[in-house]
Amino acid sequence: MRRSWWKVACVILLAYAIIGGLLLPVPRRHILNETIRNLYYHVPMWFSMILLFTGAFIYSIKYLRSGNLTDDINAAVLTKVGIVFSILGMVTGMEWAKYTWGEPWSNDPKQLGTAICMLIYFAYLILRGGMNDEEKRAKISAVYNIFAFALMIPLIWVLPRMVDSLHPGNGGNPGFNAYDLDSKMRLVFYPAVIGWFLLGLWISNVIIRLELVRFKKENDFINFESK
Amino acid sequence: MPDNKVLTLIHKDLLLEWRQKHTFYGVLLYVGSTVFMVYMMSGQPEAKIWNALFWITQLFIAVNSVAKSFLQEHPNRFRYYFTIVPPVHFLIAKMVYSTLLMLMVSGIALLLFNIMLGAPLVQVGVFTAVTAVGSISLAVIFTFLSAIAARAHNNAALIAILGFPLATPILMLLSKLAVKAIVPVYQPGWWKLMVVLSALDILIIILGIILFPFLWQE
Repeated sequence: MRRSWWKVACVILLAYAIIGGLLLPVPRRHILNETIRNLYYHVPMWFSMILLFTGAFIYSIKYLRSGNLTDDINAAVLTKVGIVFSILGMVTGMEWAKYTWGEPWSNDPKQLGTAICMLIYFAYLILRGGMNDEEKRAKISAVYNIFAFALMIPLIWVLPRMVDSLHPGNGGNPGFNAYDLDSKMRLVFYPAVIGWFLLGLWISNVIIRLELVRFKKENDFINFESK
Repeated sequence: MPDNKVLTLIHKDLLLEWRQKHTFYGVLLYVGSTVFMVYMMSGQPEAKIWNALFWITQLFIAVNSVAKSFLQEHPNRFRYYFTIVPPVHFLIAKMVYSTLLMLMVSGIALLLFNIMLGAPLVQVGVFTAVTAVGSISLAVIFTFLSAIAARAHNNAALIAILGFPLATPILMLLSKLAVKAIVPVYQPGWWKLMVVLSALDILIIILGIILFPFLWQE
């Protein structure tokens, strides 16, 4: 995917999200005040992470069905970039929490759920790192990726909603309603989500292409043309 | 029992264990030493800490006893099993065997905890039930992870690395459930938590059943 229309769109959307996000007016809410702008950076990080992990999940299933190692490369790179986004999401969240909740870590259920999710995916990296045999590594990491994704869904979405939480929008409802996401914020929020996700895809795309070049160079005895 | 493959496999595992008993004695020694060490460090702690220490001990017991289930088989023997048993039967047999082992060892650990670290339990029945459910959950997770680690060059440390993040939410749920047996105060939403834990267990078992055949074929 070397075409550039979506990359240009990504740059424009992100520029808009950063500049507009910091300058456009936002509703005043008790305690949150201006920090509500964090919505444009923190939340899209997590959305992008979930979307990237969904992509990795799909490629893992594809690998298990086809045995094609390029699918494994796709899955691994998407997972790694997803992990980077999760770290960014956690850091932006903790930075925000320092000012709104008083301390960076307050054992909030959503924080705990996502921290555990991050640990599960870090273990994925360690699992991959320990094996050198390509096909074995691909098969086992595909199995673990599917397992981790299927467990991530209840950990992030179901468990934190069942208990009280400090996160705006909890106590039962998804985050969207809590800010009463009025049109002023939606104007920046939706483009920001798309922009950050496109950035994640762009990074993944470049790394996947690099890995594919390396893979084809090392495996030049395989005929890749017949696909 | 030629017809029921799962029962035969469980019978085989139990028989091997009964004849050699080295896993069982090893785990028993491990439980005894751990509880003793915990006692030396903390004396007879109050109820909430007792609860926390118990569940951490359970985690270590699970890692040490259940992890052996796949690792103690020689890798070549898997090829033999591959020719005679469908993968799902093998996994279920291992899970049931691990559950039985965990239940027995947890019971002993509970007894030792009560003897050495004091007995803060108000509702013993509830706590025993929660321990039983916890044993099943931990056994099921670590069996599947042991299967993954067995494929990754029999690396035992991998089980701990993969298992701790997954076991953390389960242990949190279990210790919240167990609080009901310790504190004589009404705990709202207890049954909801129990349903959540059971749902999580069923999810893990189903995932294991779906994914194990891919690990099975080499």
